[in-house]
Amino acid sequence: MATQAQHSTTRRDFIFVATGSVAAVGAAATVWPLINQMNPDASTLALASIEFDVSAIPEGQSVTIMWRGLPVFVRHRTPAEIEEAKAVPLSDLKDPATDEQRTKEGHEQWLIMIANCTHLGCVPVGDAGDFDGWFCPCHGSHYDTAGRIRKGPAPTNLVLPPYEFLSDTLVQIG
Amino acid sequence: MSEHSTYTPGNGVEKWLDERLPIIRFSKEHLMDFPTPKNLNYWWTFGAILVMCLGIQIVTGIILAMHYTPHVSMAFDSVEHIRRDVNGGRMIQAFHAVGASMFFAAVYIHIFRGMYFGSYKAPREILWILGVLIFVLMMATAFMGYVLPWGQMSGWAATVITNIFAAIPVIGTPLLELLRGGFSVGNPTLNRFFSLHYLLPFVIAAVVALHIWALHVPGNNNPTGVDVKDSRDTLPFHPYYTMKDAFGMVLFLIPFVWFAFFAPDILGHPDNYIQFSSTVTPAHIVPEWYFLPFYAILRAIDFNILFIDSKLGGVIFFGGSIVILFFLPWLDTSKVRSGNFRPMFKWFYWLFVINFVALTYLGAAPAEGIYVVLAKICTAYYFIHFLIVLPLLSRIETPRPLPTSISESVLSKSHA
Repeated sequence: MATQAQHSTTRRDFIFVATGSVAAVGAAATVWPLINQMNPDASTLALASIEFDVSAIPEGQSVTIMWRGLPVFVRHRTPAEIEEAKAVPLSDLKDPATDEQRTKEGHEQWLIMIANCTHLGCVPVGDAGDFDGWFCPCHGSHYDTAGRIRKGPAPTNLVLPPYEFLSDTLVQIG
Repeated sequence: MSEHSTYTPGNGVEKWLDERLPIIRFSKEHLMDFPTPKNLNYWWTFGAILVMCLGIQIVTGIILAMHYTPHVSMAFDSVEHIRRDVNGGRMIQAFHAVGASMFFAAVYIHIFRGMYFGSYKAPREILWILGVLIFVLMMATAFMGYVLPWGQMSGWAATVITNIFAAIPVIGTPLLELLRGGFSVGNPTLNRFFSLHYLLPFVIAAVVALHIWALHVPGNNNPTGVDVKDSRDTLPFHPYYTMKDAFGMVLFLIPFVWFAFFAPDILGHPDNYIQFSSTVTPAHIVPEWYFLPFYAILRAIDFNILFIDSKLGGVIFFGGSIVILFFLPWLDTSKVRSGNFRPMFKWFYWLFVINFVALTYLGAAPAEGIYVVLAKICTAYYFIHFLIVLPLLSRIETPRPLPTSISESVLSKSHA
């Protein structure tokens, strides 16, 4: 009997494994809500969409507005800035994107981006850096006039939030 | 090491207790009679100093929590309230804030002492690993504590450090939102940091207990690195080392109270007396001094490495610079523990110390020009020391002859 038990799987082994598996699933199901409570709560998620009137921003200036707790740059670009961004060959870019991809058609003067540096989340300083766009003081990332990463540790361009123009001056973010 | 105990229960109550919970016997064995090498120098008092530091942080911290409000609209003001209105709050807050810096100063000395005298080598690997674990827990605790006053440096430290986790592929962004409890650092973040900042010191205390347990199995290392051979090599911990440690604590408290009394804010940043604003980052964002070497490594990687982008690369090197410490016992395979008897190691040890201090300096310097280049060189050397210098030295170095015992080395010194 002893040798037989060593070589074959018994009904008892199956019951042990099955019981253990059910217990593990039960433990995981119990732990998950204890972790999930840390995720963004309903009141945070409720602030997902905003509308903003851009008409008050003069050419060559930008404002910072809040969306989902994140700062967002809205910049009214000058024709010179747009030209400068368009003149950059894609091969010069770390995260290639054309100026058209960075803005909405017919609204090229408006550049709307989440204002957190894609490196570690600091807010870059406007009208600064080697490429006339933004410069992040934390770790020295330079962005150009289309918010594209040009130099420094940040891996990608400044992130574009989902947005659309409801009219020529009213934009909905989120 | 119960064989060294001389405890015999003195009266009926002690005898009754000893048969049920031998706590007096345990205390006598480990706090009083414990055989300790007789040649320990003052670098060895930092263990006791660190226990004192943890005690100060826990006591002052519990008091501060009685007056502090973990809410974004009140946290900043409540810290000012502690500093201005609470009876003695000015000093209690100063001791807690300065205490964090002093705690790290002591732990760096303790770690570098262990590195010089080879205290991580067999049979003390677990002791060393527990120590590194305590260091990691201390960094997490200090970081979350720094966020609580909700100043500009607090909020941006929270933003930058939580963002480190976003560099992890695939799970990065969900993990970031899980840690913050939102899309950005906000009230949920502050609340949970307060909860964890209160919890972690007690976890540290538990790991310290394990650390001391792991110390009391092989016993202390010592400046010669030679094993204890017989009772002539040791002294009982009390009164010899309780008194030496107490004197070390008093000396250590002199700069401690000087900072707390006369310059409580000198180790901090003026920007942290501006309430946190998520739309403006301070021009020069720098962590507290004790994080600077690792911060310098984090930002030194500003280039892509093959398919790894610069952000993930920085995080890998940053994490690696701490994780590598866990492997130190197996990277340095020299049988000789003490740097005093390793003529080549000694030089490379001090080069490593200088390199570490240089990283501290570079972590505070602006990320531009020559500093960027130097930070890369120093980061490279930090890893070269562990991965190339230490394994190589173990093979090529001829150590000086070791004393045959601790007591012999002590006696020969007194004749010289």
